[in-house]
Amino acid sequence: MAQYLLSIYQPDGDPPPPEVLAPIMGRVGAVTQEMKAAGAWVFTAGLHAADTSTVVRFREGQALVTDGPFTEGKEHIGGFTIVEAPDLDVALAWARKLAEATTLPIEVRPIREGAKR
Amino acid sequence: MRGWSASEQVSRVFREEYGRAVSVLARHFGDLDLAEEAIQDAFAVALERWPVSGPPPSAAGWIITTGRNRAIDRLRREATRGEREDQALRLQAADEPAEENVVRDDRLRLIFACCHPALNTASQVALTLRLLGGLTSAEIARAFLCPEVALSQRLVRAKAKIRDARIPYRIPERTELPARLTAVLAVVYLIFNEGYTASSGAELVRADLCTEAIRLGRQLTELLPDEPEVMGLLALMLLIDSRRPARTTADGALLPLADQDRSRWEPELIAEGQAIVRSCLRRNQPGPYQIQAAINAVHSAAPSAAATDWSQILQLYDQLMAWAPSSIVALHRAVAVAETAGPAAALTIVDGLSLPDHHLFHAIRAELLRRLGRSEEAGRAYEEAIARSQNDAERRFLEQVSQRRGATG
Repeated sequence: MAQYLLSIYQPDGDPPPPEVLAPIMGRVGAVTQEMKAAGAWVFTAGLHAADTSTVVRFREGQALVTDGPFTEGKEHIGGFTIVEAPDLDVALAWARKLAEATTLPIEVRPIREGAKR
Repeated sequence: MRGWSASEQVSRVFREEYGRAVSVLARHFGDLDLAEEAIQDAFAVALERWPVSGPPPSAAGWIITTGRNRAIDRLRREATRGEREDQALRLQAADEPAEENVVRDDRLRLIFACCHPALNTASQVALTLRLLGGLTSAEIARAFLCPEVALSQRLVRAKAKIRDARIPYRIPERTELPARLTAVLAVVYLIFNEGYTASSGAELVRADLCTEAIRLGRQLTELLPDEPEVMGLLALMLLIDSRRPARTTADGALLPLADQDRSRWEPELIAEGQAIVRSCLRRNQPGPYQIQAAINAVHSAAPSAAATDWSQILQLYDQLMAWAPSSIVALHRAVAVAETAGPAAALTIVDGLSLPDHHLFHAIRAELLRRLGRSEEAGRAYEEAIARSQNDAERRFLEQVSQRRGATG
């Protein structure tokens, strides 16, 4: 078994209005339940907006703190899920469900073995 | 076999069996690099032994067995953890004979891994040629006119992704097979097209790539005999390739279908391609490759350009537009319209298409304008076509046509 990070990429700016967001959250909850039932779910988190982030760098013996986010762009990670899957195809099948539920692009990235837990 | 030197025999077996051998070991050990290294080791041993002892009765079986033993040796040598040692011993214990069915499935698994949608097209092509075609990175780099270093890096990255992201060696299930098969066929056809009309550079036909694509196509028909589109792709490649000897002049300029000496077309390839098209028609499960093969079969059946059954070709293009509508298909369909309904009707279609960067769009437009007597516009369209052609032979052809037609038009 391997673990995969499923990152949800979200456009910056205000979240959609409640009448749009509520059904999305409902569908995401259902996918999470399905992951749990299948024994694939490891962890899920939703994040605050990217402009609430702060970047810390260590330079010349000092920590330098700046306003985030680290990467430029109009889209940032809005949340992520870690799943356990025997291979990429199974992980992609979960990503497909998550993409359908959120209507957002999902980046699937394998987690290094030995780095888990 | 007499007349072949031992090293020639080894390299012939290498071309024919490399992919099969790698696929068996890749499934066995779940590690592409290990599989490749072990099979290369096995061929190195063959180069030493076969000249002395003669080739074994089953060269492929010998290579696979020798490779497997080499891989186990490597695992043992590298065993820093007990786990790996255990794995090596377990694998040795499970030394089952390589049955034909299992080997067949191993090759399919490897093909589907190489053409996995999680890999970009350039990587899919490079992996397929390397792992299934047994081409070296130098050969692939030369064929695609890219630096060998870049090509090697692409292969390393792609293999690392297969390993780290765990792209499975798996034959897709029935429901996902059509989409996954489409990707495999696209890779094979891309290799063929790259060979047939080199997208850039001086050589028009890099015949090796065509031969390789046809060989891969044949393998696929053996592995997936129930897929009509696989048959369709093979027929399409055979029929196009049959015209290769007639396609260029002695000085390397391109000759269009209408001007080719049809006696130079290869009758065996045509016969084989047409026979496959007929069996596809009987099966009656059409698809884009089968329809394109049928179009080429109609061309092949015509004793001269003038005797071409254009109404049948137009019907087939109508069918193709229903299956896979695109501006490119509409452009080619317009050529059939010109032959059945005249150049004015065809020009109306062509002018409705938006393909400003495609050299054929301008070349076909130029030809239609010329036939309508609008020589000034035709001249400008030829210039547009010449400016956009990336292939020297094609450009030379367009320049010649432009001059000739300009003088008489």
